[in-house]
Amino acid sequence: MITTMRKDLGTPPPAVTSAVTSAVPVRLEIDGVSVTVPAGTSVMRAARAADINVAKLCATDSLASFGSCRLCVVEIAGRKGLPASCTTLVEEGMVVRTQTERVARVRRNVMELYISDHPLDCLTCAANGDCELQDMAGAVGLREVRYGLDGANHLVMAKDESNPYFTFDPSKCIVCSRCVRACEEIQGTFALSITDRGFGAKVSAGMNESFMASECVSCGACVQACPTATLTEKTVIAAGQPDRTVKTTCAYCGVGCSFNAELKGNEVVRMVPAMEGGANEGHSCVKGRFAWGYASHRDRVLKPMVRERITDDWREVSWDEVIAYTASRFLDIQKRHGVGAIGGISSSRCTNEEVYVVQKMVRAAFHNNNIDTCARVCHSPTGYGLKQTFGTSAGTQDFKSVAHADVIVVIGANPTDAHPVFASRMKRRLRQGAKLIVIDPRRIDLVRSPHIEATHHLSLRPGTNVAVINALAHVIVTEGLVREDFVTERCDALSFAQWREFIARPEQSPEATEAHSGVPAGELRAAARLYATAQNAAIYYGLGVTEHSQGSTMVMGIANLAMVAGQLGREGTGVNPLRGQNNVQGACDMGSFPHELPGYRHISDTATRHTFEAAWEVTLDAEPGLRIPNMLASANAGQFHGIFVHGEDLAHSDPDTTHVIAALRAMELVVVQDLFLNETAKFAHVFLPGTAFLEKDGTFTNAERRINRVRPAMPSRTGLSEWEIVCKLSTAMGYPMSYVNAAEIMDEIASLTPTFAGVSFAHLDRVGSVQWPCTAVKPLGTRIMHEDAFVRGKGRFLITEYVPTDEKSTRRFPLLLTTGRVLSQYNVGTATRRTANVVWHEEDTLEIHPSDAELRGIVNGDGVRMMSRKGAITLHACVTDRVPAGVVYTTFHYPDAAANVITTEFSDWATNCPEYKVTAVEVRPVD
Amino acid sequence: MPRQGGTGHAHGTVPVAHAVNTTDPDHELAALNALLARSPTDAESLLPLLQHVQRQFGYVSTGAMRVIAQAFNLSRAEVYGVVSFYGDLREAPVGTHVVQLCMAEACQAVGARTLATHAEQALGVRLGESTADGLVHLEAAYCFGNCALGPSMRIGDHVYGGVDADGLDAEVRALTSGTSARAMRDALSERPMISVDPRAASVLRVYVPNDSAARSIGADQVAEAIARLRPDLEIVRNGSRGAYFLEPLIEVDSADGRVGFGNITAAHVPDLFGATGLPGRDHPRSLGLADDVPWLRQQQRITFARVGLIDPLSLSEYRATGGWRGLERALRMSPQAIVNEVKGSGLRGRGGAAFPAGIKWQTVHDTQSVTKYIVCNADEGDSGTFADRLLMDADPFQLLEGMTIAALAVGATRGFIYLRSEYPHTMEITARALQLARDAGMLGPSLMGSPHRFDITLRIGGGAYICGEETALLESLEGKRGVVRAKPPLPALSGLFGQPTVVNNVLTLAAVTSVLANGATLYAGVGRDRSTGTMPFQLGGNVLRGGLVEVPFGLTLRELVQNFGGGTYSTRPMKAIQVGGPLGAYLPESQWDTPLDYESFAAVGAMLGHGGVVVFDDTVDMGVQAQFAMEFCAHESCGKCTPCRIGSTRGAEVIGRIRRGESSRANWQLLEELCETMELGSLCALGGLTPMPVRSVMTHFPGDLLSPAPVRARDEVLL
Repeated sequence: MITTMRKDLGTPPPAVTSAVTSAVPVRLEIDGVSVTVPAGTSVMRAARAADINVAKLCATDSLASFGSCRLCVVEIAGRKGLPASCTTLVEEGMVVRTQTERVARVRRNVMELYISDHPLDCLTCAANGDCELQDMAGAVGLREVRYGLDGANHLVMAKDESNPYFTFDPSKCIVCSRCVRACEEIQGTFALSITDRGFGAKVSAGMNESFMASECVSCGACVQACPTATLTEKTVIAAGQPDRTVKTTCAYCGVGCSFNAELKGNEVVRMVPAMEGGANEGHSCVKGRFAWGYASHRDRVLKPMVRERITDDWREVSWDEVIAYTASRFLDIQKRHGVGAIGGISSSRCTNEEVYVVQKMVRAAFHNNNIDTCARVCHSPTGYGLKQTFGTSAGTQDFKSVAHADVIVVIGANPTDAHPVFASRMKRRLRQGAKLIVIDPRRIDLVRSPHIEATHHLSLRPGTNVAVINALAHVIVTEGLVREDFVTERCDALSFAQWREFIARPEQSPEATEAHSGVPAGELRAAARLYATAQNAAIYYGLGVTEHSQGSTMVMGIANLAMVAGQLGREGTGVNPLRGQNNVQGACDMGSFPHELPGYRHISDTATRHTFEAAWEVTLDAEPGLRIPNMLASANAGQFHGIFVHGEDLAHSDPDTTHVIAALRAMELVVVQDLFLNETAKFAHVFLPGTAFLEKDGTFTNAERRINRVRPAMPSRTGLSEWEIVCKLSTAMGYPMSYVNAAEIMDEIASLTPTFAGVSFAHLDRVGSVQWPCTAVKPLGTRIMHEDAFVRGKGRFLITEYVPTDEKSTRRFPLLLTTGRVLSQYNVGTATRRTANVVWHEEDTLEIHPSDAELRGIVNGDGVRMMSRKGAITLHACVTDRVPAGVVYTTFHYPDAAANVITTEFSDWATNCPEYKVTAVEVRPVD
Repeated sequence: MPRQGGTGHAHGTVPVAHAVNTTDPDHELAALNALLARSPTDAESLLPLLQHVQRQFGYVSTGAMRVIAQAFNLSRAEVYGVVSFYGDLREAPVGTHVVQLCMAEACQAVGARTLATHAEQALGVRLGESTADGLVHLEAAYCFGNCALGPSMRIGDHVYGGVDADGLDAEVRALTSGTSARAMRDALSERPMISVDPRAASVLRVYVPNDSAARSIGADQVAEAIARLRPDLEIVRNGSRGAYFLEPLIEVDSADGRVGFGNITAAHVPDLFGATGLPGRDHPRSLGLADDVPWLRQQQRITFARVGLIDPLSLSEYRATGGWRGLERALRMSPQAIVNEVKGSGLRGRGGAAFPAGIKWQTVHDTQSVTKYIVCNADEGDSGTFADRLLMDADPFQLLEGMTIAALAVGATRGFIYLRSEYPHTMEITARALQLARDAGMLGPSLMGSPHRFDITLRIGGGAYICGEETALLESLEGKRGVVRAKPPLPALSGLFGQPTVVNNVLTLAAVTSVLANGATLYAGVGRDRSTGTMPFQLGGNVLRGGLVEVPFGLTLRELVQNFGGGTYSTRPMKAIQVGGPLGAYLPESQWDTPLDYESFAAVGAMLGHGGVVVFDDTVDMGVQAQFAMEFCAHESCGKCTPCRIGSTRGAEVIGRIRRGESSRANWQLLEELCETMELGSLCALGGLTPMPVRSVMTHFPGDLLSPAPVRARDEVLL
């Protein structure tokens, strides 16, 4: 009932092919009402926009009109028969009648046909109250089924309950194809088809397989599209229809999908992607849509706990006690070892408001700048590299922009697994004919999957990104493909001249770099030409760019490439980091770096510091503090003794686990705030129970700089908001912090951060979401950055010399390990492993090329031991040519495999972002 | 009701190719990979590849679908969706020899239902089942384009006409006794096809027709017998003149012209050709000069003028009889001038919808696009019609010429012929004609030496009637399920692969050659009112003199059926005539004086459609026919729109109830409303026109519905 409250206009708005066609207004008369709509609009959309609700079943405004149900027929003066209003386009002067005796009779009789092959179990049906078929039967006045119920039917068809989250009951299917079309048009997986024909036509997954056995990725688009109970969430079957809705934002990846949490009391019944969500526009993936059960998992800790030693048992205490205890221990450490002996780590999983108060606590109550964020280990090079070149530490486009790209470059990212909702957008554009270049050692799904095929797959050797990006730029510069006008007008001339000289050197040529990267020169040249000569070309990249010893260099190399080709500042272009966690962008924006205050302003900048000092009524240290690796190293060196870890699992996600654990063990006080006793909590003395996103009030900022509201669907199950805990701790440590609510925190952020100046909860509630910069001048935010000029004025080219990583394959460790993600699991898996998503991925496996496997006597499924100079882990082998020879690949969703035991201490030269993506290893079968 | 000629025992069959051991998956996979290595993997090549797999392995296994999906970069669901849609593609193997009985109206009119019952009893299976020994698979099919010579049967690539119980038994015996070694090879190249080109004047020539229908009743055996007996004779395999009641119609040269001999079997050959020289007009079996046979002489053949006269694959005979003149003229004209010519002729689409061809061409002409297509709809699925098949069997170059003219008119460089798979012989002829035309420079990069480029690809349907609907046809050409598209957009604006596309019927495109060769005025001068030109009517079912009758619009139905048709074959009184295929009305005697033109037929709730005319005698139970109309729709519905998908099944059920006398009044009302719902609510003409035959029975033969003969099992289960 709740989801159908949204006004569904039946068909999508007319495709905008040019400014001219979209602007032409057409006036027509519908049921005596004069209606004016843009040319290309369907009669149905025109009518519904005018609140004339033509009946419909197969039409919905998220899918192209199809014309199969025939409920929407109307009479149009001068036309024969009864045209379907969904497939008939408006014409000037058209006179439409949606309600005549004949129309009513045909609609009722069509409905009678439907119901003659439909179970009559409305009262016990899971869709009761949320069934379009039921609604339409009512709307058309169906009163009897004269065909009787003993004719041919589909009522005995078996239900498919194989998917953990939804059921497929073909006996209730009306063959409207909405699920099939959603799978094709929205998700782009093509896992469903209508099979057979005529009366026998039916929906089937794969080759008439179960949903689980089919190619289905469980995104939920089909379930959402289904107008009956054929595809139904199991939670709805169990709980019944929800009775209220809270609009909020998914807490998984950096796409930041908007959802309607549909609830019954304080219990979530289902999460439904919101059509008006700027990032997702009604789409979702298996994680956001279904894998929210962890929020109420029995493993969740709801009471604060303390213990003297990590070998002791945990002891539940009150909030007051834990705050007092923690504050006194931190103060004690500072008294004995100095103010710099403690620090904090903020989390990209938390809200902007939570992150803001954590960094404020560190700076104002800890009196140091030992604040870092987990973005350190993922996208810190992005912030650095883009700031240096463009002047702002963020991606340039909104997600929608990809719909205008003619060439799409994906570097070191695997969107179909890690950013699936954006991947669906991208695939839609690729199906429309955009060309794709994939730069990745591994053959990710985008390289070739139904209806998608990369024009170029540059399968480079791990660690050679910079050689490849330089070679691409080299081709552009030496083949006369430079967008001279763009460079002249928009970029810094001196830096360009220097860079041009550098990049044109023979050692940057594809032929020279081929030796390092393994990418055939001819293929690389073709890719460079394709990118440079495209009308609009956009680059999307992920951790395969940043998590290298040259991560920042690579980001700058990408920026150089985009500038030299003039692929910036317009729709369909840009440089776009795909952020891993839901609030990586926000955590960085909020000043949780040891050297930067909110808004990326350096702590040493006196004016900025004074602004904050005045507002916070405290004196700030002008010296940058310690980064995470420095904190850990200092701890191991006996100089750092206490840490506040906010929603981050250092012992699992950070590289060189042995080193991390040693550092944690060396500290006197480790405070962990999380939902679960994670790996880091094993070494903690204080555990502060956190709140799940469904309990939070605040904002997340996604990869496109979009500030989305997170609204509490239910009260905090721990009794406190996380920002309240931080405020209490700060206050107990001698720096009073208090806010009435999260909105007040955002008001403070806005008052101190120019790019957030126009942001407030009230504004967001009014307009939905904004992309920063959001100011008085741009109250609706900024979709595309650097449109007329770069934020820093002139775009700066930087010399990006390729320096091979010190991590090299050797005789002892001849293979290179690189890491990534799978669709069903999220990051370290603390959330997704506590959901039914485990059915898709029960363990991390090691992908190894058949030739490497054969050489070592490894067959598919074997247990293998993988060793690096840092350590060894055991996991099962998956023999596949998705990885090239010489490269092995795994994920780190499970602590059992503990991939980070073997990753190394190497990190980005500029930001210390760890080099997760290159580790020299050897693999041996285990007996 | 066996026809003259019958099936005879002389026919052999080619077993469905099951050469590969389908139980060996490795072998199958290797063979499949070999196939894929040769096949392009763009969307349009999917159906041809699946058809190849079906032919080679007898079915398309799930293993094969997986591999094919991978190769074509499609999902498994998509490939499965396609395989499950088309009747010709099977997901599991069936009996080695597939015996298909035509169950369409024209064959029903001459006893197909009785024959089917006999076949089921003889084989011990129902339609759609295979015998326990796995040798024979029996199933229903709908029309082989042999409607004047029914009942028809297909085994392998051979169609049999005039099949009776004995004939069927004999063929089945031949299949199951392993005597297929005597099988006649079907490949055209291996058939006696001795045609000398150019004709040597001194040689004695005999003409033995080679179209599917003539072959279905023994033309090949006649040719073989003559060749054996008289090696000195030149046997020309002309196409048929379409006078099917005379087939096999053998002709010999004489000083005055070609002398015809009707209904000749191999047994007559010694009598005719035992002596030296050739039999003459004085021979007792002579029909006189073939041209003078009144049935032929009374026609006005424009499109079919050279049909039956020439060797279909002789380029020189085609040219000698006026071929390529239209194209030659078109090459000298501007595209707009060609379009104007077609507009001026008043030519309307002969596929059934009768939309003015020139206007359609104008739309495509005016639409800006680099790529445009000409698509010939040769999916002649309407039972009772065979004009497309005859034209393509007997005069294929005319179609190619017409398509090329269309291409010049609209600026297309690529064409497709979408031919139904039920016409295996036509497939071979067309493929050869295309190659000959290409070799002669009539197709290809430089048409007749001009800078114009055009080529044609032959595609074969998958056994789905709905693909005769133009948008479903386009979907099928794109390698998809043959599901109807909603219009708009019109194919003329956004057709094949989204490009502007001319979709015309075979006869429309063929007629264009005459329009261009002789001028619009001449063509427009023939016919009646807005129905200009001639219409090739096809007389079939229970008719004495069945065949193709090309006459100007305007003749009455009675004149056609009596003057040409000569009444029923059974000699019993005519009861009903179905015009326009399975979606056409059954006309009672009171309507037989309706002139044969589009508007007059529309005025009486009927339609000309593609010109099929099927005669029924007074033994027909019109209630059965009404029910069959719904059953056929249910069988062939693409399943997209609700009125057709569910309505047709419910329609058959409701008619069944009415015929059994169950709540007749209420069900009658329900049936009327259902007809309205289907007519007004359906997405395409299949659902929209199925009510036409049903209503005609309700209106004109209510007694057959309300007080029917006892319902027999056969009437109920056809599909």
